[in-house]
Amino acid sequence: MKNIIQKLGVAVLMAGIAAPAFAGSITVKGSDTLVILAQKWAEVYMGAHSGVKIQVTGGGTGTGFAALQDQTTDLCDASRKIKAAEISNCIKAFGKRPTEYKVALDGLSVYVSESNPLKELTMDQVGGIFTGKIKNWKDVGGADAPITVYSRENSSGTYEFFKESVLKGSDFAASTQTMPGTAAILQAVAKDKNGIGYGGAAYGAGAKHLAIKKDDSAPAIEPNEENVVKGSYPIWRYLYVYVNPALDKGEIAAYLNWMRSDAGQKLVKEVGYYPLPAKLRE
Amino acid sequence: MQHEPHNTNSPHGWLGIHRGHKARPLEWLAEKFIFLVSLSAIFVVLLIFLFVAREALPVFLGRTDTALVQEAIPPDQIESLSPEKIQSYLALTPKQFAGMDKETLKSLMEVKQQEQDEIPAQFRNDPDARANTTEWHYLLSPHQWHGYDKPEHIWQPVGQIKKFNIIPLFVGSLKITLIGLLFAVPLAVGAAIYVSQLARPRVREIVKPAIEMLSGIPSVVVGFFALLIMATVLQNIFHYQTRLNALVAGIALGFAVIPVVFSIAEDALTSVPRSYTQAALALGASRWQTAWQIVLPAALPGVFAATVLGFGRAIGETMIVLMVCSASVMSWSAFDSARSITTTIAAEMAEAVSGGAHYRILFMLGALLFAATFISNMIGEFVIHRFKNKLEGKR
Repeated sequence: MKNIIQKLGVAVLMAGIAAPAFAGSITVKGSDTLVILAQKWAEVYMGAHSGVKIQVTGGGTGTGFAALQDQTTDLCDASRKIKAAEISNCIKAFGKRPTEYKVALDGLSVYVSESNPLKELTMDQVGGIFTGKIKNWKDVGGADAPITVYSRENSSGTYEFFKESVLKGSDFAASTQTMPGTAAILQAVAKDKNGIGYGGAAYGAGAKHLAIKKDDSAPAIEPNEENVVKGSYPIWRYLYVYVNPALDKGEIAAYLNWMRSDAGQKLVKEVGYYPLPAKLRE
Repeated sequence: MQHEPHNTNSPHGWLGIHRGHKARPLEWLAEKFIFLVSLSAIFVVLLIFLFVAREALPVFLGRTDTALVQEAIPPDQIESLSPEKIQSYLALTPKQFAGMDKETLKSLMEVKQQEQDEIPAQFRNDPDARANTTEWHYLLSPHQWHGYDKPEHIWQPVGQIKKFNIIPLFVGSLKITLIGLLFAVPLAVGAAIYVSQLARPRVREIVKPAIEMLSGIPSVVVGFFALLIMATVLQNIFHYQTRLNALVAGIALGFAVIPVVFSIAEDALTSVPRSYTQAALALGASRWQTAWQIVLPAALPGVFAATVLGFGRAIGETMIVLMVCSASVMSWSAFDSARSITTTIAAEMAEAVSGGAHYRILFMLGALLFAATFISNMIGEFVIHRFKNKLEGKR
């Protein structure tokens, strides 16, 4: 019995190790934020290069890094920068730091309900609302009503980014409703006239995107492609792909270059993110 | 099919008196096969438990450290360090350490230093930055975190200072489960009494499978229904502030629990001997009196067991709660949100750094949950067993 299980285990392990080794086959795993874009890229690239097979799976950025260090995936999609612990794990597993490629830009909007009269907030006010220091809309120039805060799950790269860069590392208010995805946040904010949430700037039918001011004296900036790519809109981040440097050659390197070429970047907009500025492209 | 050669030493194998596997080898094979399959189920459960426990062990043993600010040794001092010191500093196993050259060790040390350099300034002087937040008192009792007014239970596992207090999750799980049971048990037991005692056979044939079919609805569908429709309807009725709260989750959970409680309670009520009912009816009791005052009390242990098994089902349910509410608030109010243990594991496992403190704590939660459902199912099965024996006259 145990023997059989051991054999099965070995077979599964072999399959896992062997999978990325097939010639012309690339496996991609990681961030759920990036999975739609990664699939789009894979489809178009496979259409143009008939010998290449690309397999895309999601599961989360952390799952992607775990697979990268176990060498069960070639590319790891990430919606956040790799953490020190994950770099250490990779060095322990294959002796090198994974190579980082920036592949797209993502602007984050702050959403409120269409029926909310508010049009703009400063970064400080956004931080105050999400950390629970500001609890009523009248404190930021809205109606006299309690604020309901919606956030992503703490497993999401978006959550972490928002916490570090908008809340400056402070905790979200304990009463924050966490939703399983950007679509769910939009859904909730659209239905809740006192709600506020955040998510991709390119999403967002049904809710109003607030303009954001860096500080009290700065102009309010709308979250649109021009402002995000230019960098004048304050809440944005990169999306990444990581690769084991030993594998970064041949077909995989060609694919990575193509993602960051004009042809690859053209697809980015279609799935709700923003293309890299010209200086970062291949 | 060829018979196996007869064992001439056997006292029964001779003269055609075959017993056991010699008489019917196919049946014997099938029986052993089924036995092996059932044994493997137990084996797999054991394996899963061992796996979960192994992953969680470092938390129980206090071997995880989440202190943000730690002493970093500059990589160029690698020559002056003893191998043992390097190995413990980089948290390597002896095997990993033996397989590494100096270059690799140096780059590991660089990563470690870089990690320390990248800590934002406002956290360097935070009194919590040097604390190992996986110690038991941080996990269980309220702590005065920097930036908060009073000591609080906080589950914020992602960020610079990781807060892993598990009490809000337990409160959340229990709160949602209790609301679910309060909603489901009366309905399910009522339905069971109706179906087993009062309903005409034709009605019973429709109602019973209809209720049991509830268990066939995928929980993700129930969750979606609750998220979109029930939440709005309930908010319009009760006018509370938080649209997605423990009440909505609990009631949605009730739909998943009703078929479990119903079918076991119905079994229990049906297995009360007919002589009880007949005696009551003969003495002039109405059908309602018989059901309520004779059959239900006799079946009470079974109904209790149904509730306990329903509890096990409810506390282990993930998807419904995940979709409906998941804020880790420390509150017993039904109109506040809640975050259950299962939700936490399902939502956070994918992003936790494998082998890190967060990952270990999620496994620890899994182990605790396993223990809780295991115990509640044991109690349920034990009570059912006792109840059956009692009705059959065995004590």
